[in-house]
Amino acid sequence: MNKLEEKAVSLLQSGVKLILGYEKGDKGARPFFCHTPEDASKLIYDEHATTNLATYILKPELMGHDKVAVCATLRTLRAIAQLASENQIKEENLIVFTITEEGNGDVKEFSGIDEINSYLTDKELEVAQLYKELDEKLSGMSREEKWSFWVNEFSRCIKCYACRAACPLCYCTRCITDVNRPQWIDPWPSPMGNMEWQINRVMHMVGRCIGCGACTKACPVGIPIGYLSRKMLNDLSEEFGYIPGQAMKDGNSLSTFKPEDKENFIH
Amino acid sequence: MDNNESEFEPKIVAFVCNWCTYAGADLTGTSRIKYATNVKIVRFPCTGRIDFMLLLKAFANGADGIIVSGCHPNDCHYTSGNFHARRRWIAFRHLLEIIGVDVRRIRFSWVSAAEGAKWGDLVNETVANIRELGPYTEYTKVAQYVEKEDNNE
Repeated sequence: MNKLEEKAVSLLQSGVKLILGYEKGDKGARPFFCHTPEDASKLIYDEHATTNLATYILKPELMGHDKVAVCATLRTLRAIAQLASENQIKEENLIVFTITEEGNGDVKEFSGIDEINSYLTDKELEVAQLYKELDEKLSGMSREEKWSFWVNEFSRCIKCYACRAACPLCYCTRCITDVNRPQWIDPWPSPMGNMEWQINRVMHMVGRCIGCGACTKACPVGIPIGYLSRKMLNDLSEEFGYIPGQAMKDGNSLSTFKPEDKENFIH
Repeated sequence: MDNNESEFEPKIVAFVCNWCTYAGADLTGTSRIKYATNVKIVRFPCTGRIDFMLLLKAFANGADGIIVSGCHPNDCHYTSGNFHARRRWIAFRHLLEIIGVDVRRIRFSWVSAAEGAKWGDLVNETVANIRELGPYTEYTKVAQYVEKEDNNE
């Protein structure tokens, strides 16, 4: 019995009704809902565990009155910290543990959100290789080329909204794309509707995106959509005073302001 | 516009706040200051209400340029609406730059209720600027893609 299984069994025996974790799937680890101690042996944790489980802890059907534990990766921890700063988490019903990075499989349970925040302070948020390459490619382009590049990329979008479903921070009960009075954004795939949908997604993520890459991974047609919010996250961090990958302490970028925000574009 | 096709007349949409810029634009008129007629003013309760989607919709529907204007910082009728708006514009402008939308066509400004002359200048400058840039077909082409396809069939 490994340490993860031991932990899961002890949690389930102490009254936890559900453990969100990963099991072996066809293509690496996939999300797994562990309800009983017998199932605990199926739990795994490796570098393929990339799905952000924080999406599940927002579901009322999972987060009822029972205690739920999450086997969190670094990405999940970041999402939980951000969600907690937005008052989206019922802390008393949630147990968060992670497998420490040292490699001997030690399980670390967090006492609360504050401990998660301090755990994240020395973890730098890296930029994915795909985004770095894209950054290089786009930096050499003129404005017109950038425009046609993105129009072309977004024209492949089939509006499946997998990006919305995969994102742990997309939790509006009524999405702007579902609003039809007025119909802001064409819900079907159309070049402008796709463009507007992504612009909205990124604007809603300003200073909130935790750079987990779940949206890019979820996209069935392979549009690097996570690049936009990831780039915004890095570029605006100085301006808005946050550290990428860590939750803001005094409100999200767009829900607060500084009187000395830059004005050089306002004439 | 129609009888002289060689000259391009820019279509400008101005999103302005009720308390400062709209009153400022009124003052321009009552002061008998002449300015370009290309601008269509849309009045909002506050710059904080000016959703970035409205700007995109204006472009999609054929606007060649956009003016967004409201109260100077610390002058907001609702205390902080313009501060919040300014943050949103910083983020929005940055995103448009990444995507490759022509941000030169969006003019942000603060015009108070006493600055009638500034409003006139602002519109004149924007019109001159957009006249130089030409019509913004790049954006409308994408927006009208579906309609065009229907027509071809």
